[in-house]
Amino acid sequence: MKVRIVVLAKQVPDPETPPSQFKIDESSNSVITPNGVPPVVNGFDLNAVEAALLLKDSDADVEITVLSVGSDFVMDAMKKPLAMGADRLVLVADELLDKLDSSATVKLLAAAIQKDGPFDLILGGRQASDWDQAHVTLGLSEVLGLPLVSLVKKLEINGDSVSLQRLIPDGYQAITAPIPAVLTVTNELGEPRYPNLRGIMQASRKKPEIFSLDDLGLSPEDLTPKLELKKLYVPESNKQVELIEGEDEADSGKKLALRLREEKLI
Amino acid sequence: MTTVLLVAERDEQGEISQTTLQAVAAANGLTEAQVTIAFAGEAPSSAGSLAAEKVVTLSAIDASDSGIYEQATADVAAFAASMNPDVVMFNKSDFGSIVSARLAFRTDSALAADCIGISNADGAVSVTRPVYGGSALAEFEIRSTPAIVTLRAGAYEPSTETGSPSVEAADSTESVEQRAQVTDTVAEARDGVRLEDANFVVSGGRGLGGPEAFHVLTDLASVLGGAVGASRAACDAGWIDHSHQVGLTGKSVSPDVYIAVGISGASQHMAGCSSSRAIVAINKDSTSNIFKEARFGVVGDWEKILPSFIATVRELKA
Ligand SMILES: Cc1cc2nc3c(=O)[nH]c(=O)nc-3n(C[C@H](O)[C@H](O)[C@H](O)COP(=O)(O)OP(=O)(O)OC[C@H]3O[C@@H](n4cnc5c(N)ncnc54)[C@H](O)[C@@H]3O)c2cc1C
Ligand SMILES: Nc1ncnc2c1ncn2[C@@H]1O[C@H](COP(=O)(O)O)[C@@H](O)[C@H]1O
Repeated sequence: MKVRIVVLAKQVPDPETPPSQFKIDESSNSVITPNGVPPVVNGFDLNAVEAALLLKDSDADVEITVLSVGSDFVMDAMKKPLAMGADRLVLVADELLDKLDSSATVKLLAAAIQKDGPFDLILGGRQASDWDQAHVTLGLSEVLGLPLVSLVKKLEINGDSVSLQRLIPDGYQAITAPIPAVLTVTNELGEPRYPNLRGIMQASRKKPEIFSLDDLGLSPEDLTPKLELKKLYVPESNKQVELIEGEDEADSGKKLALRLREEKLI
Repeated sequence: MTTVLLVAERDEQGEISQTTLQAVAAANGLTEAQVTIAFAGEAPSSAGSLAAEKVVTLSAIDASDSGIYEQATADVAAFAASMNPDVVMFNKSDFGSIVSARLAFRTDSALAADCIGISNADGAVSVTRPVYGGSALAEFEIRSTPAIVTLRAGAYEPSTETGSPSVEAADSTESVEQRAQVTDTVAEARDGVRLEDANFVVSGGRGLGGPEAFHVLTDLASVLGGAVGASRAACDAGWIDHSHQVGLTGKSVSPDVYIAVGISGASQHMAGCSSSRAIVAINKDSTSNIFKEARFGVVGDWEKILPSFIATVRELKA
């Protein structure tokens, strides 16, 4: 029997942008993307794509749909999951969808999943690296009324349940959950695979399927944020480092210890 | 009046956790706050002198629900419904992150995670939270009641105020069907002090070049009576278990001294250690971001710096 998996993937500014290049336009409360740094698919969402692909590796009858909500999609970025081996890309695209809070995002994703489903597994990333909330996938499980397991680092489908390893601060839990279920995937699952040439070629030929707000039966009023962004800014730092310099590196090491003792830090 | 439901947590010894005491301070910092503190299971005896109106106990979290929190969410939701608070406050712990999110979406309420500040004026609650991995701060006004928030560890000083709250058990709730089931828990053995409690943390990053170097850090940590941390890059490389990861998606530490060796100081790493009293950086690249965050630094190769540093620390400690 065919297993249908949907992976939730968000387009975000590249989180590896060096702090010195990270700038904000305070008049519009938004991040200024540095020139030449294209957006990426949120890193943890690629871990979720990898989780789905691992299931597909062991059972060919798996179909992987990647679902994203947003505006200004950059296809080179959004097609990466397809190039890795996912089957379909579904975009809920509308220019109104660039400043959503998690409650609106969950509404849109839930509507898209209901329209495009049913799915056996809904996989999301651990958190999105722009707003760092870690809410959307959890919220979706509540709205869809499905079991939730977060921080999954290993998974296996056994008939109508999944066996999981869930990350905890000092180890992991073994968990079984009935499917359909909502899971969030963490980077401890392992590196997402690199797309190979064949994958890239196939992805370039695939067209995303686009849903509009209308298609989902939602109106802009349904998306009124519960969290209103008032101010976005880069905090001032007035820290001044004291560099310890000795005659050579070994001497610096010694001087550092003496300096810390002088400050009564050790 | 601003009614606050604070969902408390206990530490390994069963005492009120330091992060809960921080939340108590945050809750009492709201104007005209009236605070109710809820414990899962029995409240520790020290709860009787917390700075609050009322302490309630909810049913205990059992091991099969830990990490899933279906029953815990139902219990908190039932109590919140009976109390109808303006603010529901959690810590950004495993428990707090999950229960807060489930509660918010179950009740269609606003949710703000990992806040470092919360305030209220004219009936509106506002929060400040780090975003973009800590590269920026965002201020939000919360547009629905209750405002559900989780607080970042270390954002507030633990409350030292005392009070004389009433202590009572909440009405028992129905038991819910646990769909996902925890069948086993595998915890990494720890020797020495807990990373989160350590006064000294020695952390290593990608610059260490491999797992062997962590033995040197362990050596230094034991001389200082501290714990070993790591960057995500070092954990992802498999050089050390993820339970040592410090940062946004790892542990939050606030030691007296945080020594970062071969760590570039990405905002997501600093999110876990920036409340340390002093950060000491050892890095061969003088332009590295870590030197913008550190109080003391040595520019150079850790392999040449650490041996004499450790030897001198050992002598000073003898
Ligand atoms: C959403 C999200 C969450 C994240 N969460 C975390 C988190 O919780 N914790 C975390 O740590 N990261 C986290 N990261 C990753 C973070 O962005 C960085 O990629 C990571 O912290 C880099 O680790 P590093 O400093 O060890 O490696 P690098 O950035 O590669 O730095 C290595 C440093 O070592 C120095 N070096 C090299 N050789 C030597 C030598 N011989 N002697 C001295 N110095 C040397 C180099 O100059 C360099 O500065 C997260 C990222 C995202 C997107
Ligand atoms: N706009 C979006 N489109 C698709 N998936 C999303 C979107 N926003 C969040 N998600 C998913 O939800 C996870 C958690 O996001 P967040 O709650 O914003 O931290 C992400 O890792 C994604 O898997």
